[in-house]
Amino acid sequence: MTLFLELLINGLSVGAVYALIALGFVIIFKATEVVNFAQGSLLFLGGFTISEFSDDFGFFPALLLGVTVAAFGALLIERVLAIRGSAASVNTLAIVTIGVDIIIAAELVRRVGVDARTLRDPFGADTLNLGGVEVATSRVAAIIVAALLVTAFFLAFKYTKWGIAMRASAEDPEAAALMGIRRSRVSAIAWILAGLLATVAVIFLVAFPTPGLDGSVTRLALKAFPAAILGGLDSTGGAIIGGLLVGMAEQLALGYDNYLSFLGGGFGEIMPYVIMIIVLLVRPSGLFGTKDLARV
Amino acid sequence: MLKVDNLVVRYGAVEALKGVSLEVPDNSVVAVLGSNGAGKSTLLRAISGTHRLHRGRIEQGSISYRAAGQNAADEQNDQNAGLIRIDKLDPAKTVGRGIVQSPEGRRIFGRLTVDENLRAGGMNSSATKSARTETRERVFTLFPILAQRRGQRASLLSGGEQQMLAMGRALMASPSLLLLDEPSLGLAPQIVEQIGEIVLEINGMGTSVLLVEQNASMALRVAQHAHVLEVGKVSLSGPADELAKTDQVRDLYLGHGAEEISGSAAVGRSQHLTRWTG
Repeated sequence: MTLFLELLINGLSVGAVYALIALGFVIIFKATEVVNFAQGSLLFLGGFTISEFSDDFGFFPALLLGVTVAAFGALLIERVLAIRGSAASVNTLAIVTIGVDIIIAAELVRRVGVDARTLRDPFGADTLNLGGVEVATSRVAAIIVAALLVTAFFLAFKYTKWGIAMRASAEDPEAAALMGIRRSRVSAIAWILAGLLATVAVIFLVAFPTPGLDGSVTRLALKAFPAAILGGLDSTGGAIIGGLLVGMAEQLALGYDNYLSFLGGGFGEIMPYVIMIIVLLVRPSGLFGTKDLARV
Repeated sequence: MLKVDNLVVRYGAVEALKGVSLEVPDNSVVAVLGSNGAGKSTLLRAISGTHRLHRGRIEQGSISYRAAGQNAADEQNDQNAGLIRIDKLDPAKTVGRGIVQSPEGRRIFGRLTVDENLRAGGMNSSATKSARTETRERVFTLFPILAQRRGQRASLLSGGEQQMLAMGRALMASPSLLLLDEPSLGLAPQIVEQIGEIVLEINGMGTSVLLVEQNASMALRVAQHAHVLEVGKVSLSGPADELAKTDQVRDLYLGHGAEEISGSAAVGRSQHLTRWTG
């Protein structure tokens, strides 16, 4: 029972982090219809910047720098995509983001080297005792921070000018243009926000008990992708549910690994993708996705 | 005043407008009639600057605009004073100049609430918060049903209500010129009547209206001036009440045995109206 509770909390925590990354995917997709495969390297970029500066400046100033650099990087990618964006199909642009992802990640791996870096986050290796269950403080912090961020985002979607402009533009770009809504601005803000979300996510992705930041972080981030897909690529709520689902399933599969040994060890690693495939077989547009996504 | 001068718009190999000229004077309602494919929507797209989204190109001619009241002093001397070219502006800048379009098929944001649709409509306006609230109150006075349904998802509205929302949404930007693309499309006759009344009310508030319609009877009743568009050209234009009496318009658009008489034969009988050539 203790193991189950521990896995549940860990699953919730990991899931919350996936949800943040998935939310970034979804925001960009809604604003531009481009699937951004570079999200993993943006996250790496944010994490790398924090690790570069947290020794000298402390964690929080470094975090601010990390968010700024990742947001700027995201904006740069967005601008590059926009140059010939209207002439290229969104599929082409998605593949361009794969290229961008590989380039950024390669450069960062070269700079990071072989040793995992710490971001000097304030949680360190502390643990908390929640009703007899021992969990890493960073995992609990991840849940709280993600919940706050997600709430803030949902309020922004619902009530801010940008939120309404983005939803209007996602639903009918031409009608939105006729209202004077500038899609380029909506899209730029979406990318900046995705950069911010990725940087916050990376803190928890590489915090204790994970050894630290190294090249494998992009692979970790990639698990947010099935989360976004199974939630429905154009559904912000779906990203959250998808993230939690993937995180939970992954942690449970890892925790009960010995029961799953007939499938071979480490089944948790592929769990997110297994769930994604099962969900897509039943609901091709994801759990909460719009059915008519194929419309151009 | 809006002035469209010899406008040629092309989508790839297809020439959709072949030299269209027309004017919308200050505080007037001007109707553009025409059947499907005549180029009505292309005309509005070119004015709004959204033709580019359809890979359309303005090949020739110009569109210029001057909001009512600007350079009023010059107006006596020169009709064209203060007219500014708008055909190179992007849609947002066109809206900023006071020209707002309510597109064909309504195109409301179905997943947004009525209130959010209206907010989306007022997004570009630089008006203060109190001015925006005032505009919204005006829209609610014009369309009381929208006030009742403000919290509802727009997709749940009836066709007529959606049309009212589309018009209300456009009005949120406080346009000096409202472009209405087929507001009567798919609506019951009583609702069409109501839309006609509302167009007159909007005009009464000082907004000019360029009304593009297939429903000629409503359009000719509310407009002072009308143009008939046929395969990319203005084939006939004149005061709306005179146009309504011509055989061509009666036969083709007011539904009195349209099939028997060809358009060109009918035009021949309306010599007292300006013929447009080119």
